Amino acid sequence: MKAIYKKELRSYFVNPIGYIYLGVFLAFSAFLCCYTTLVSGTYSTASYFSNLILSFIVLIPLLTMRLFAEERKMKTEQLLLTAPVSITGMVLGKYFAALTIFAGGILASCINFIPLYVIAAAERSGTTSQMKHIGPVTGEIIGSLFAVLLLGAALIALGTLISALTENQLSAAVVSVGAIALMVLASLFNSLTDADGQPLLARAFRAVIDWISVFSRFSLFAAGIFDYAALIYDLSLAFIFLFLTIRLYERRRLG
Amino acid sequence: MIKVEHLVKYYGNLCALSDVSFSVEKGEIVGFLGPNGAGKSTAMNIITGYLAPTSGSVSIDGKDIQKEPLAAKKQIGYLPEQPPLYPDLTVEEYLGFLYELKGCKLDREKHLREVAESMGLYECYHKIIGTLSKGYRQRVGMAGALVGNPPVLIFDEPTVGLDPKQIIEIRNLIRGLGKSHTVILSTHILQEVQAVCDRILIVNKGKLVADEKTDAIARMTSRVKRFKLKIAGSQKEVSALLSGIPGISRVEALTERDEDAVSYLVESGDGLDLRKKLFFTLAEKNYPIVGMETLGVNLEEVFLSVVDSAEQAPSARKRVVRRNRATQELGQALVENAEQKQAQAAADEKED
Repeated sequence: MKAIYKKELRSYFVNPIGYIYLGVFLAFSAFLCCYTTLVSGTYSTASYFSNLILSFIVLIPLLTMRLFAEERKMKTEQLLLTAPVSITGMVLGKYFAALTIFAGGILASCINFIPLYVIAAAERSGTTSQMKHIGPVTGEIIGSLFAVLLLGAALIALGTLISALTENQLSAAVVSVGAIALMVLASLFNSLTDADGQPLLARAFRAVIDWISVFSRFSLFAAGIFDYAALIYDLSLAFIFLFLTIRLYERRRLG
Repeated sequence: MIKVEHLVKYYGNLCALSDVSFSVEKGEIVGFLGPNGAGKSTAMNIITGYLAPTSGSVSIDGKDIQKEPLAAKKQIGYLPEQPPLYPDLTVEEYLGFLYELKGCKLDREKHLREVAESMGLYECYHKIIGTLSKGYRQRVGMAGALVGNPPVLIFDEPTVGLDPKQIIEIRNLIRGLGKSHTVILSTHILQEVQAVCDRILIVNKGKLVADEKTDAIARMTSRVKRFKLKIAGSQKEVSALLSGIPGISRVEALTERDEDAVSYLVESGDGLDLRKKLFFTLAEKNYPIVGMETLGVNLEEVFLSVVDSAEQAPSARKRVVRRNRATQELGQALVENAEQKQAQAAADEKED
């Protein structure tokens, strides 16, 4: 597992894909942070994080599309499956490599908050009021970062499964974009319609969408509250998708 | 070292392997021979644990590939039909990856250098695999199989797509490896088996149709003597005369003419060398021999006749009359031999 993890991690930087991912993610997050806080004149990062999630629709497939699709196309899959490594080890090695790059990007994007703290410090020194908190709420930021990481873990597992289904990277990417978009954008539907006075069927439909939607798992973390339900939701999604990937490979061996 | 028992593999309704059993002893080089689509690659993929069999078992050094996959896979170095290379990595990085993947305990630097050098990869050790030629990629693939010194090496068509010089080099490398490893080699090129292997397994349509030592086959083929004679004189009389010589199993006049001389194909069975007798008999009747050429029976004919024989039901075999009777018989003998062996093995098993 460790060998596959290391090789996969390195291949992100042997190929340009790792640089492209990190470059685009950091540029987008910096722009977003600037726009949602400084330009809007607020210290609140809620809007920053909820918009950041939108970038995952395009960026996470970039990380996951080649994980298995490329191995199958290059026939190197045979090497991994005949090596003394279990299928679980192989899948987890690849998954954690993608997750590492993702987490690295999130960590690096924390520099976006430095200007907020700097400005807040300057503002505090200019005022004498002790009553009101000035500046970003660190608890909120940490909670949101944690929620984003959890969400990434679930979405990357979904991308991993989709990559294992095809030997064409492009198909893997397109399908992943669709699947992740569905999960991320589902809540838009609910926010656009009104729940009151709807027939039972429509309310049930809303409930299902609410269940799929990742946004509804996000709000408590963003408020700085540790949401166990969301933690379990994201981790079980990751587990299910990885389990399915492993099962897929076991099934494939049987021809 | 390798024990394959009653291997059956279905792809949906398509039967790729039906009841294949054989075993390979330590230090043997075994050639797995068969036409395209015979089931060679399927068999190798099952032996190496890439595919699961529908039924049957494979054990490597006593470890079942299904029940103890990690322990069994550790014993095997496998080079699939298409070498599994990462074109972005250098040879060094690739071998290093395999070293970690296989969880080797040897001295890393030294072992990888040794492996690369044994495959003649010294000069391109730091080159990117994507830039190497096909022959060198094949070597990198073989080097990959050698990482960790597994006692069993399995090569699936290692010389496909190489130029003649590279083929000879790769064969020499394999022969060298055979001294210290157990090797299974699949191919559809007959000279390769003849040149490299101790033993030949012939598969056709998913069935094992022959299992013989290479020199046993060579001995059997050498029993059939075949000559091309160029004799001056009336074709009819000469043919009659030749057919009358005891020991000659077949005479055939060829269309080749050289002034008044006609060419004949003459075959004798049972290893009889009739050259002198032919000379004196013909000289006595005043038919000068103007040319004589010894023709061998090559493995190719044996192979084709084995495959042909195997495709016919045992009862039908005898009735079919073929042009090449001697090789035909040889092929039948090999197939029947293999059938007997399998029947014997099945009987032994029942006793157990």
